[in-house]
Amino acid sequence: MNKNYKLSASLSRLGVYLFMLIITLLVVIPIYLMLINATRSNAQINEGISFIPGNNTINNWKNLTNRNFQITQGFGNSLFLAVTSTIIIVYFSALTAYALHVYKFKLKNFMWALILFTMMLPGALSFIGFYQFVARLKLLNSYIPLIIPGIAAPAVVFFIKQYFSSTLSFELIDAARIDGAGEFYTFNMVVLPVIQPALATQAIFSFIGSWNNFMTPFILISDPKKATLPMLVQMLRGDIYRTEYGSIYLGIAISLIPIIIFYSFASQFIIAGISMGSIKE
Amino acid sequence: MKGPSGIERKLSKYGYIFILPFLLTYLAFQLWPIIYTILLSFSDLKGLRADFTLIGLENYKKLITDKYFWEAIQNTGIVWFFNFVPQLGIALLFALWFTDDTLKIKYKGIFRTIFYLPNLLSAASVAMLYRSLFAYPVGPVNSFLTSLGIWSTRVGENGQIIQEAFNFFRSVPMTRGIVSYIQWWLWTGSTLILLIAGIVGISPSIFESAMIDGANKTQRAWYITIPLLRPMMLYLLITSMIGGMQMFEIPFLLTDMRGGPDYKIRTMMVYFYNTAFQGGNNYAYGAAISVGIFIITLILAVIIFFMMRERQTKVTE
Repeated sequence: MNKNYKLSASLSRLGVYLFMLIITLLVVIPIYLMLINATRSNAQINEGISFIPGNNTINNWKNLTNRNFQITQGFGNSLFLAVTSTIIIVYFSALTAYALHVYKFKLKNFMWALILFTMMLPGALSFIGFYQFVARLKLLNSYIPLIIPGIAAPAVVFFIKQYFSSTLSFELIDAARIDGAGEFYTFNMVVLPVIQPALATQAIFSFIGSWNNFMTPFILISDPKKATLPMLVQMLRGDIYRTEYGSIYLGIAISLIPIIIFYSFASQFIIAGISMGSIKE
Repeated sequence: MKGPSGIERKLSKYGYIFILPFLLTYLAFQLWPIIYTILLSFSDLKGLRADFTLIGLENYKKLITDKYFWEAIQNTGIVWFFNFVPQLGIALLFALWFTDDTLKIKYKGIFRTIFYLPNLLSAASVAMLYRSLFAYPVGPVNSFLTSLGIWSTRVGENGQIIQEAFNFFRSVPMTRGIVSYIQWWLWTGSTLILLIAGIVGISPSIFESAMIDGANKTQRAWYITIPLLRPMMLYLLITSMIGGMQMFEIPFLLTDMRGGPDYKIRTMMVYFYNTAFQGGNNYAYGAAISVGIFIITLILAVIIFFMMRERQTKVTE
């Protein structure tokens, strides 16, 4: 009886491990093939799958960049946008959440309801209006409409407000006030350091969200000098790259590698962040 | 709650000051664009013109009888369904296995970490990656299949059988399958993490008393874990559905930017983009499409919500 039970347990354990292996391969192989093919020549890629890197990376890089394909510029643009948006999103969301958590004022409940309501709305609903509004402000091809709207990020405000409810003590704020600190100083110098873990989590997701954002810049930006990385990667579909497989893989890899490297360092933190957000609902 | 003291009233001023940047930005870049979209959906704004006149319900009349719009709804639904069902099923299986103490599965952490990775990758790059992997006539997937001796066969003009590599993006079921698969690949790790968090949040005393009552593992999963996970699954269903309605990058970039083959992966968002930002730039009709997407999302969310609530009350009765 006991033996049978043990046998069936180890059999089902074997099945689970097998299933885990298959899924791991499904995730790893496409990414690995991308990295390998980024280093191989067209002839090598045409020969079939290989798990050993080639030696054609430099040629692929030349082929990628010699057709007016400004990938270093695009990399810089994406980095600039991601950093500025992240700072703006996190700072102003914390400020808004702080206001909703600490102060009593008439609009407070209305604002909170507004934030919850907006989180439910699909983004598509505002798109045409947003585009037309930006066009009328003559801000097409500017980064302003990609950065400034980050000041109002309802989901981030929601998350940080929840974090305040569980961690921020009013004694701390009162102590700062008794010491003669102004409200603004208290927020910047006393409160922000205390909520660093929540800010870091939201900063990571904001950064990745901006880095990966495709549709908004794709519609608003037409100046090639201002193109972001996902917009450039999309151009690899074009006819001029029809046969440059290695270069296409290299271009895709350049957009994905920074996130993969970052994730390999911060994965624990990121996964904890997702679970944290879900339990607090 | 105390009434507001003098100091609190003075402090409430700061509430308004601190919230002002959010409020102004929200009004300008979120609320106004939504109102403006709805306004434009009643207009004739298109092409290079900047002026428009209001034409009443014309766009909506057109939308209701637009067979391309209904086809886009259908395409979105099919692709979403074949991504969501295996997504929830597989994530649930793993979540149950990983929280089962008797199974003692190792490497859970590293597996979860790897499985979540795709969710962080740029959808545009992922679409391009799969486009390359499924390329015709030579791509890694075709190389793999031919090395196994799997070919696409068709009958040639003289009746002989021709074997060749798969042209995946010419076939409707294969292309739809690839889009669903990519969506599955992107989202299952995230669903798994949320389900594990949900199961861990269930009080262990419930499981203990069930064990004392003699419930076995399957019974515990079926009668305790899954019913108690219902709110989490409802949340996953609704967020996945709202996300699915917005599905854009993958079907847009995987093939010809028009949802080919034969417009069969043209999702609502791809149709929206094609209408408003390509060809004739019909912004007004695009606006009507986006309002249509919103209304469909709303109706589905309400239906799901009430269906789930009804089942819940039946269970408690």
